[in-house]
Amino acid sequence: MPIESVNDFVIRFANVNGSGSASANLLFARSVMRMGVPIAPRNIFPSNIQGLPTWYEVRITEAGHLGARGGVDMMVAMNPQTWDKDVASIESGGYLFYDSSRPIPASKLREDITVIGMPLTDICNREYSDPRQRQLFKNIIYVGALAALLDIDPEEVEKLIGDQFKGKEKLIAPNFKALRMGYDYAKTHFSCPLGIRVRRADLIGDKIFVEGNAAAALGAVYGGATVCAWYPITPSTSLAEAYERYCGRLRVDPATGEKKYGIVQAEDEIAAIGMVVGAGWNGARAFTATSGPGISLMQEFLGLAYFAEIPAVIFDVQRGGPSTGMPTRTQQSDVLLCAYASHGDTKHVLLFPRGPHEAFEFGALAFDLADRLQTPIFVMLDLDTGMNQHLCAPFEWDDKRHLDRGKVMTAEELEAGKEFGRYLDVDGDGIPYRTYPGAHPSKGSFFTRGTSRDRYARYTEEGGPYQDNMERLLRKFDTAKRHVPAPVLQPAAKPTRVGVIHYGSTSFAMDEAMLLLTERGVHVDALRVRGFPFSHEVTDFIAAHEQVFVVEQNRDAQLRTLLMVECGVDPAQLTPVLHYDGTPITARFIATSIASKTIGAPTPEARKVLS
Amino acid sequence: MTYLAKPKFHHPAIEINDLGFTHRDYEGAISTLCAGCGHDSISSAIMRACFELSLPPHRIAKLSGIGCSSKTPTYFLGQSHGFNSVHGRMPSVLTGANLANRDLIYLGVSGDGDSASIGFGQFAHAIRRAVNMTYIVENNGVYGLTKGQFSATSDKGSKSKKGVANADSPIDMVAIALQLGATFVARSFSGDKGQLVPLIKAALEHKGAAFIDCISPCIAFNNHEGSTKSFDYVRAHNAALNSLDFLSGRAPITADYAEGAMQDVTLHDGSAIRLRKLAGDYDIHDRSAALTHLHRLADEGEIGTGLIYLDEAPSDMHARLGTATKPLNALGDRDLVPGAAALAKINASLR
Ligand SMILES: Cc1ncc(C[n+]2csc(CCOP(=O)(O)OP(=O)(O)O)c2C)c(N)n1
Ligand code: SF4
Repeated sequence: MPIESVNDFVIRFANVNGSGSASANLLFARSVMRMGVPIAPRNIFPSNIQGLPTWYEVRITEAGHLGARGGVDMMVAMNPQTWDKDVASIESGGYLFYDSSRPIPASKLREDITVIGMPLTDICNREYSDPRQRQLFKNIIYVGALAALLDIDPEEVEKLIGDQFKGKEKLIAPNFKALRMGYDYAKTHFSCPLGIRVRRADLIGDKIFVEGNAAAALGAVYGGATVCAWYPITPSTSLAEAYERYCGRLRVDPATGEKKYGIVQAEDEIAAIGMVVGAGWNGARAFTATSGPGISLMQEFLGLAYFAEIPAVIFDVQRGGPSTGMPTRTQQSDVLLCAYASHGDTKHVLLFPRGPHEAFEFGALAFDLADRLQTPIFVMLDLDTGMNQHLCAPFEWDDKRHLDRGKVMTAEELEAGKEFGRYLDVDGDGIPYRTYPGAHPSKGSFFTRGTSRDRYARYTEEGGPYQDNMERLLRKFDTAKRHVPAPVLQPAAKPTRVGVIHYGSTSFAMDEAMLLLTERGVHVDALRVRGFPFSHEVTDFIAAHEQVFVVEQNRDAQLRTLLMVECGVDPAQLTPVLHYDGTPITARFIATSIASKTIGAPTPEARKVLS
Repeated sequence: MTYLAKPKFHHPAIEINDLGFTHRDYEGAISTLCAGCGHDSISSAIMRACFELSLPPHRIAKLSGIGCSSKTPTYFLGQSHGFNSVHGRMPSVLTGANLANRDLIYLGVSGDGDSASIGFGQFAHAIRRAVNMTYIVENNGVYGLTKGQFSATSDKGSKSKKGVANADSPIDMVAIALQLGATFVARSFSGDKGQLVPLIKAALEHKGAAFIDCISPCIAFNNHEGSTKSFDYVRAHNAALNSLDFLSGRAPITADYAEGAMQDVTLHDGSAIRLRKLAGDYDIHDRSAALTHLHRLADEGEIGTGLIYLDEAPSDMHARLGTATKPLNALGDRDLVPGAAALAKINASLR
């Protein structure tokens, strides 16, 4: 039986990297969005520039699920190299769309799916003489055919093409022509629409469609970051590039052309973080964007920034590790690396945004936190969030908000005779005052060093002052609990003894998994952790549930370890749910894992924590 | 070991500069280096240069890596903010600091281990980025703080204290700086204050990457016979290319030099360097000739010192990046935050 579904299916495009398919596939995805139907697209690409297989998947989801679903209802198979695997991955009853210019033996097709062959290459060879045009328009032709097959209004696609080529009007007509060619061919040769189709709806509202890395970069702009030092690495590169683009638009003085920012592509990650540390020391808001291997190189400096108390923001867009692992796949495997970065006793503040909306929000917040706490702040993104475009609520900004520079003693305050000791805990929160270099002719200067010093920044190797300092740093870390974003609780429909902790990009699939679990009669309270150090709400949540699942995308249950260590939780109480093959975790996976391992019914304490 | 404060007392007839400061205002804590260490002489040359230029100490940011040499910023300019970073990575920290506030005067102090080994890359990149700074390598040809291992600038054949000869080729920091486009390159000797002080003054006034390789004998581990970085050896093999005086644009000094061998080189702010040429036709404006000349001297076992190269119209990192003239760390919310209205437009463009 062919799959029948309106506004709820997964279509996957199998292409060859470098064939120009990316923009055509995006065009397809956005057309669905323009029909008012939510989408959740994802890139699946190799660590290579050209020639290797690449996939783009669009989940069309009336319910607005943002996670990956798993499974493929329709495969657009444009890559002979991956044919067998692609055809095999189609759900029974699904659809295969392929280029039938060359005959495919029946043995290479499946009985239980609907096969739609269109001689794309022949059509292009007839129509175009230029090889590049043949390639590019082939993509547009299949978008046209899909519009007919899936009942997408071709005018929506045309509008998008019009937007895309604004300023290059010459290109519009040939694209329209290719689109119509595909559309008309499908209409005359196939029975359109298929069992899976798109129906106009009004479910997008004012949502925006944006890449997580771009959102974080925009957050950095709004957070007042002026110095960016970075070294290229997938999947974080587009963050620095987006920052440069946004600054070019928003931070150049129109009168003078002066740039109110400085971006340096450093020689490596060590230099990148060194520059961030130097700029932070000198009172500018500075950040770097990197991934796991970069964080590994930055360790020594991260310890210095922690110990010498220098603000710094690090966007870590996580990928599959260890080492060069799976550079173009997603994981959440840098949690421990960042939480305890560097040697000696260190602890760092981590933020876990989910999706672009929070990437923007936490991106901006990170700079206030770094200044307030005078310490490195890690914004923990991942490839799934960073390198994919997601639908999300529009970005928000309150014009009354001010950049909070934290405890900086000014020349006036020094002049007025305020006591200054760089490492004095004046307010009991563990956060000392600092001065910017050059602030005052005779007061407030101090020496910054990684070696131990007393409260007045004077070098000493004595045990007392060292311990005093290390304890103050712990007090400061405790203060940080009040500053990081609070966890978000999503209570079950019915009282339950089962809890789930999740974070970052895993949360999209988790939201949907809760629905799947409820359908199966399994009720769970879910707590989404958004920051480290963990606040008491996290500890209370664990205490209030007999069994707590910790869902994450790494092999070693890194957040679970952090919970055990930092909240003193009995390991037996935390059941890991781990997905780490490099693809985004799915609701199906979470729901199945949890359902198979849950115990019993709710406790009164579980209710208490929810109220 | 704790920090030592210096007792403060003033001699009534003490010298005072344009700012009304005495030499004491440029001092730091008492040095804890070995008595006679070349690095201490460099510290005092730095203090002298800053005093003579009447630089406000608090406007100087002094940064260093790790090593005996890198400890020295504690021992001068007590009113300046200082930063002991990590081993070999001072250049990136200085670059970042300079990005944040272009208005301060940046002084980077490093060792040959710090800059020619672990930090070789950072040294190179800070120079090629034309960071406006004075970068001094206190070059003793050994690792002092870790007790006497050869460094990457140790000359081939130079002997360790135990008599072992170094088998590897040395890195010539001056040649590297020249290759990388430094716009001010000099070499000097900690034992030659007359040459070193005006060089540091000129470097501080230079608006670009100024590099000084200063040979600075290590009393403890590299001052024996057979070493090519000992006091005696350097004194005996110093081939000065020129001697110079620094003429401040604010208060020109006149010097009495022999006619014919004299050259005034003007710096960006009207101050000048008066060069007395010692090595015949040596031209401080010819980068490639400088390299050849230095190599020839080295082949003869001589160490060329003096002002080696100068570009009188240097550019710096900020000029290249097009950054605002107002320091980035002084920009406020209005400069930096585009606001809700701009965000609404961005939102609209993402639909
Ligand atoms: C990452 C790291 N590796 C090694 C060291 C140990 N270390 C401290 S100083 C030093 C060498 C210093 O030599 P140099 O820069 O020539 O300075 P000098 O002491 O000779 O003035 C080394 C290897 C360190 N501090 N950090
Ligand atoms: S060990 Fe050498 S370099 Fe270090 S302080 Fe002593 S003399 Fe100077």
